[in-house]
Amino acid sequence: MWQALRNEYKDQNFELITVGLDSLGIEGCGAFIDAAKPEHPSLIDQHHVLAELFGVINIPSSIWIDEQGMIVRPAEPAPAPAHLREDKSNTPNIAMPAEVPQRVIDMMTEAAKFPESKGEYHDALRDWVEKGADSAFAMNAEKVVARSRPRNLQSALGHAHFELASQLEIDGNHPLAVKHFRAAHELVPDSWTFRRQAWSLEQVGEGPISRFWQGPNPANPEDWPYTGDWLEDVKRAGAENYNEQWQP
Amino acid sequence: MLLKSLNIPRAEFESATGWALKPEGACKNDICIPIPHANADIVHIPDLAAAMNLPLAAEPEANLWALGPDSIGGRALSGAKAPELTLPDRDGKAFSLSSLLGKKVLIYAWAPY
Repeated sequence: MWQALRNEYKDQNFELITVGLDSLGIEGCGAFIDAAKPEHPSLIDQHHVLAELFGVINIPSSIWIDEQGMIVRPAEPAPAPAHLREDKSNTPNIAMPAEVPQRVIDMMTEAAKFPESKGEYHDALRDWVEKGADSAFAMNAEKVVARSRPRNLQSALGHAHFELASQLEIDGNHPLAVKHFRAAHELVPDSWTFRRQAWSLEQVGEGPISRFWQGPNPANPEDWPYTGDWLEDVKRAGAENYNEQWQP
Repeated sequence: MLLKSLNIPRAEFESATGWALKPEGACKNDICIPIPHANADIVHIPDLAAAMNLPLAAEPEANLWALGPDSIGGRALSGAKAPELTLPDRDGKAFSLSSLLGKKVLIYAWAPY
């Protein structure tokens, strides 16, 4: 659906880059990219460099960059455009099992409570595409830096552990990867993507929903290697706080 | 930055981190951090990490290290200039953000999980 948005703006000196964050690379992102048939650059980020370089902590997020290569809005929640939200034509079919497990129903119930922007984000985007630096939504350098995520030596170390973890996962060393994912979670507690990435690699069951389980296997819950899981963490944070409120 | 050795060529460090090692120190945008032996051809990462306050994570069992980002100013961004971003597309072909200079760009992060 971002393809449609891109087509709306492409004649206004605008380009969209979509970046799939997944240690599994093509294996994880390929089907989605194929279904979306992007005409814009569509990239794969196995090490979540967007987290390290731009401070992305959740998806969907966006960063706006002007014609001079200056960031004018740092990483922030980027809701789907309201008029395109129901358009599933460009997403792969994910076959649900005949009997949807209770956990998945509970997850969908929580996800439905995630806050949706009321269109302000897309009004702001249109304003910036049309007016550029004169748009009230284009921030100056000082504000961009101040609005980017807090980072200290501890959370920076968490990013290093995440990079180790994703490489170990790619190298097929899952147990060592888990160890460093855990360190990353502890050191960068505000990152949802670091957690969801790790949880999604503990696949439960077979088929397309196995990556969405993101929690203990009911057959052997004691084997779950992480302190939280999708359902537990979303409930603890409150689904309404899952995405930070978009601010002009 | 992933490392299989703690002693690497200076150019490798520079291209992976965006920090240029000059006689006056490690420099990026308007920031220069004084470091000893900044113009050595081979850099010893633990010394450099300590001098620059960069975190270094290790996995001895896999002989693998990762050098983390700086936290100058206490924020993910130390300046508003977009860092270079080079990632592969579906076909493994590398694409660089800098090739879009002159256009407005929206980077959209998503995930399949």
